[in-house]
Amino acid sequence: MRKVYLYARFQRFWHWMQAIIIFSLLFTGLEVHGLFKLIGYETAFHVHNFLAWGLLTFIVLAFFWYITTGDFRQYLTEGNLIEKIMMQARYYLIGIFKNEPHPFKKNEISRLNPLQRITYLMLTLVGLPLQIIVGFAYFYFNELVALGMPPSWMEPIAHLHTLLAYMLIGFVIMHVYMTTTGHTLTSNIKAMVTGWEEVEE
Amino acid sequence: MKKSLIILLLPVFTALLLCSSLHAENFHHRVDSLMISTADHTKFDELKKDFKSGPEVTAACLRCHTEASKQLHRTKHWTWEVPMKDGKMLGKQHVVNNFCISVESNEARCTSCHIGYGWKDKNFDFTSEKNVDCLVCHDATGTYKKYPSGAGHPALVDTVFGGKPFPKSDLTYIAQHVGNPDRHNCGICHFEGGGADAVKHGDLDNSLIDPSESIDVHMASGKDELNMTCIDCHKTEGHQVPGSRYEPTARDVHGFDYPLPDDYPTTCGSCHGLKPHEKFKKLDDHIDKVACQTCHIPVMAKERATKMWWDWSKAGQFDDKGKEITRKDSTGLPVYMTKKGEFEWAREVEPEYRWFNGEMNYVTFLSEIDDSGVVSINHPDGEPGDSLSRIWPFKVHRGKQPYDAGLKRFVKPKLYGPKGSGAYWKDFDWDKSIKTGMEYAGLKYSGNYGFVDTEMYWPISHMVSPKEDALGCVDCHARGGRLENLGGFYLPGRDASPFVEIVGLLVIVGSFVGIIAHGIMRYVAHKNMKQDGEV
Repeated sequence: MRKVYLYARFQRFWHWMQAIIIFSLLFTGLEVHGLFKLIGYETAFHVHNFLAWGLLTFIVLAFFWYITTGDFRQYLTEGNLIEKIMMQARYYLIGIFKNEPHPFKKNEISRLNPLQRITYLMLTLVGLPLQIIVGFAYFYFNELVALGMPPSWMEPIAHLHTLLAYMLIGFVIMHVYMTTTGHTLTSNIKAMVTGWEEVEE
Repeated sequence: MKKSLIILLLPVFTALLLCSSLHAENFHHRVDSLMISTADHTKFDELKKDFKSGPEVTAACLRCHTEASKQLHRTKHWTWEVPMKDGKMLGKQHVVNNFCISVESNEARCTSCHIGYGWKDKNFDFTSEKNVDCLVCHDATGTYKKYPSGAGHPALVDTVFGGKPFPKSDLTYIAQHVGNPDRHNCGICHFEGGGADAVKHGDLDNSLIDPSESIDVHMASGKDELNMTCIDCHKTEGHQVPGSRYEPTARDVHGFDYPLPDDYPTTCGSCHGLKPHEKFKKLDDHIDKVACQTCHIPVMAKERATKMWWDWSKAGQFDDKGKEITRKDSTGLPVYMTKKGEFEWAREVEPEYRWFNGEMNYVTFLSEIDDSGVVSINHPDGEPGDSLSRIWPFKVHRGKQPYDAGLKRFVKPKLYGPKGSGAYWKDFDWDKSIKTGMEYAGLKYSGNYGFVDTEMYWPISHMVSPKEDALGCVDCHARGGRLENLGGFYLPGRDASPFVEIVGLLVIVGSFVGIIAHGIMRYVAHKNMKQDGEV
């Protein structure tokens, strides 16, 4: 076993802020959607719209950080990505039960396995931006209609926003569970708190 | 040092707080009578007379206000007629309603709310100048009262009505004390429409004479309250009083323009503009689709119950001794009267909401009606996609009323009149009453009558609450909220796509099932391997 420093201070800060924001957005969003009454529609509405700006800010900040530090290279893959993803998927579906070693070793240069790479990349480049754009279109609906958007788009926008939110919930559930698949049950979470993770030699 | 500074500034802060405008200011400047009028009517020789009748007073008024009656002749207050764009002739004289149904053949009773004298039958002369009643609108004493069945005349001697004393009006005193119309002038008819206080509108009743802010934030008349009166919004020009239920403005797209008449009448937006919500901007996004009244008049009939149901078919029951019956509820309101049938009343009622573009469709006495269900006597036009339509609050007055079951038309029963005249209130014979009424009106009657369920829409615009009492988001943005039954548009918090919800449920439940299964398998596999000594 050796300890490697995997997550820089900004990354950890970004991760946890984003976690809090996304959790709160989901919570308030579901209340606005009418699924339960806890903090009140109006409060949920205000918190949701305020946090939307928070999410946008952190995404922009993260893009800036990844580009300026060059850390975006973590997401680049050499060779056949599909094959590598399949290897990782095979590990979660079969290997993990046989106590096989992780197919990809973590180190300072490569801290994400191929499945993580594609998932986080899709989330950060497609899922969240799309959700943010749709959410802002929802909020600034009147302004967009004044600019020529057909008013009938209200319903599809709302439905898409809701659908993406449900998918995000699915992601959060899986994501939290996946943290237990590290070297020990909590080693991944510890790493995201301290930055340091114990990895196999 | 810091502490002493705060202590020094404390009185300043307190003073600022106390002097800040915590209260609304009175809408009207407090002025003496000289600032209001150049004329003192007690000094006019024309008015220093012992007036024997209403028309005599009017003749005196016309000596100076020479064109007044001609102006009045052009108003719907006088004609009780409103020609519509589609060619229908509406107005009080012509419309069907589900209260006392129709004016014709009942004039002497109904026209106690006409601004004229002597409209007792269809021979009334609408060109008569002296028969315009100036006093009913301009009496500043609050003592002028038309006799309920006097065809518009006041009581000229002390008398009784309905067993209660009805004092004569002192015409000379009143003529010398005239002024601009105040609440009681408008209210004497509009607060008591339908025959008594609060019956008809739901948002107009005598509580508006001296309302608290919670009843009407604009008309509240206490200290430091706005104290606006009817004509501050219904700003009159040439005796034309703007504001019509026949041709309302459902959406004001101009905003600030008071007192310019490009929106006629004054709308909420005329004073408050089109972006009135300073602290909660999202509310302004509602203005194109939701009328101000919808949120700002959360309930109607705030203090006094309004009539919600009137069933004429139950009329005509007598007690064992053959006497007329009047049953009252615990608050003293009649719930049954032999003459009129059954009533239901309600206080603090949630209005009903409909899309409304300002066009009201009225059924007339010539329309063929579908008697298989509830007949809408009038119905607001409008739909979500239409740029003029907004969600409006309505009082919907429901009931049952007589109709011609053969011709499928509404009928005009004669209700008021002496015994033997066919008047239902004396003879209690519907067939005779309808025959008499229809003959009088020159309309066909098949001789076969029935009772049909009706509803009538009354847009709500008065009794605006203080902003604290306005509806909150969740009153509509929720399942089972106030707009539950208003379809055709997506309302966040109320609506959802079944497809999205099912997919969402599958994603979430699937994720949980997946991780639980995976976790259990990991646990079991790990345990087995431990037993096998592989770990």
